[in-house]
Amino acid sequence: MTDVATRTDPQRWLARQSRWSPFEIVFWLATLLPFILFPTYLPLANQIAITALFAISVDLVLGYAGIVTLGHAMFFGLGAYFVGILSKHGWGEPLTGLLMAGLFAGAVGFIVSFMIVRVQHLALLMITMGLGLLTYELANSLSWLTGGTDGLQGVDIWPIFGVFKFDLWGYNAYAYSLLALFVGFLLSRRLVNSTFGLALRGVRENVTRMPAIGSNYRAHLQLVYTLSAALAGIAGALLTQTTGTVSLEVLSFQRSADVVVMLILGGTGRLYGAIIGATIFLLVRDQVAGLNPQYWYFWIGLLLMVVVLTMPKGVLGGLSRLVGGRKP
Amino acid sequence: MFGSYAIVLFDGFAFGMLLFILSVGLSVTLGLMNFVNLAHCAFGMLGGYVTVTAMRQFGVPFLLTLPMAFIAAALVSVAFERTLFRRLYRAGELNQVLFTIGLVFVASAVAVYFFGTGQQPIQMPSFLRGSVEFLGLRFGAYRIFLIVVALIILALLVFGLERTRLGAQIRAAVDNQRVAQGLGLDVEKIFALTFAVGSGLAGLGGALAIEIVGLDPSFGFHYLVYVLIVVSVGGLGSVAGSFLGAALLGISDVAGKYFVPEVGSFLIYVVLVAILFVRPQGLFGKR
Repeated sequence: MTDVATRTDPQRWLARQSRWSPFEIVFWLATLLPFILFPTYLPLANQIAITALFAISVDLVLGYAGIVTLGHAMFFGLGAYFVGILSKHGWGEPLTGLLMAGLFAGAVGFIVSFMIVRVQHLALLMITMGLGLLTYELANSLSWLTGGTDGLQGVDIWPIFGVFKFDLWGYNAYAYSLLALFVGFLLSRRLVNSTFGLALRGVRENVTRMPAIGSNYRAHLQLVYTLSAALAGIAGALLTQTTGTVSLEVLSFQRSADVVVMLILGGTGRLYGAIIGATIFLLVRDQVAGLNPQYWYFWIGLLLMVVVLTMPKGVLGGLSRLVGGRKP
Repeated sequence: MFGSYAIVLFDGFAFGMLLFILSVGLSVTLGLMNFVNLAHCAFGMLGGYVTVTAMRQFGVPFLLTLPMAFIAAALVSVAFERTLFRRLYRAGELNQVLFTIGLVFVASAVAVYFFGTGQQPIQMPSFLRGSVEFLGLRFGAYRIFLIVVALIILALLVFGLERTRLGAQIRAAVDNQRVAQGLGLDVEKIFALTFAVGSGLAGLGGALAIEIVGLDPSFGFHYLVYVLIVVSVGGLGSVAGSFLGAALLGISDVAGKYFVPEVGSFLIYVVLVAILFVRPQGLFGKR
């Protein structure tokens, strides 16, 4: 009897979930390895950290709240362009730029969220995709502001605290992005291991039952969508700041689709799945970059089909089921 | 000035008819099973390559290749439906989206392997080349042909759905799958048949598209967006909705690119988002 009581007590369950396991500590220590072992790959490690943060932001809406989105590159791109344009007009301070990009993307996300909660199924897919394509075309046609297809010229990011410059070797860039990823991860971890996170999972599992138990699911969805947009904007801003350029590609449908693929590889509804999926995706793509990109997508396509048919919970989910039914 | 309006309207309508042929199958199958098949245009691409191969390798006349494109796409799609897609009907839309997008990736890579990345132009028969003069305006012969084909297909579909036994069964299954099943209809069989016809039409559309928009391995992706817009704006399971949605999209796309090239492609998405915001079920959708 007491056993049942402990299992159904949400507070205690959440407390157990939010305890740090040794695996996690080892994982985060391992993210420091590129500094020592692969110093020539630091720019790639930087890309991975940024993409992982983006993947986490998508995981919040897709994996936890169950909003299938095919247009999240919109917020990534908004953040990227915001910081770039800001620096072009005389404010290149990285940290405040990052925060402002997050606020900006979050504000847009809040406006968009009113549309998102109204629709489901195909209309939801189409609205997210349509908004993504719309932003892309908008950035393309506002070439006086964004540089159009040539990319934004004249991005000037100041050194962090006026000391650490973003150089070609990517040492500071990776440290900066990794730190941002870690902070973003901590916030997201806190979020999903709260009662709010539980409510989101409730929405994901059954939208009609949540109002019945008195939960205002629309407000929940709007909040998580806004937060996710802000996080995606920060990831985009990181890309601009660490590479010093912005191209239209940050808004592309390809980016929105790729990040969903990463989540499926890693497993949705688990934050480490997002990080691992992004890592695998970018590492493999880097290794086969010499091949024809069309064939790269052949393997990605095949992998997607196999994963969906055999491991509906993603690679990480499939593995954890093999290891012995450890619950997420 | 009137002349250019008329020509843009005509070209846009012809493009819309192409989109109608490409998308009507997806609209009906989506309405039937709620299966989000993003690989629909990959079947269209298959039809296009069948036509190209038949004309170049075996010298088959263009008009004869059209039924071949239809049949090839129908057969291949039903093979996929019976073996793979059916496992995903209850799997949630995310898995359906991912699986079928994966299929598009693979199809595109296979097309590159066999045909290369380039465009695949074909030689039209002489009566479809050139243009017809009417009231001092020149209308492309091929576009007239396209519109006629689309109208014939529309008539066949409306007749098939409204007047035949199978059509009644399909409508019943779209309206309420459970009750239809309870009344003894074999919904799975109906669906397989509808899926074959719908994908066959996509194949036909792919073949007809070569002359208008060209054919290359990115076809399955590029026209997917257009097709999805038609389907979601027109409403699921509605032939009339697809027809009007396709005409609307075709005309506004061509007119937008012609009159306001700076915002042309941008305008479509604004219209899409606005329509879906007001009517998430599409203009003619019931659910």
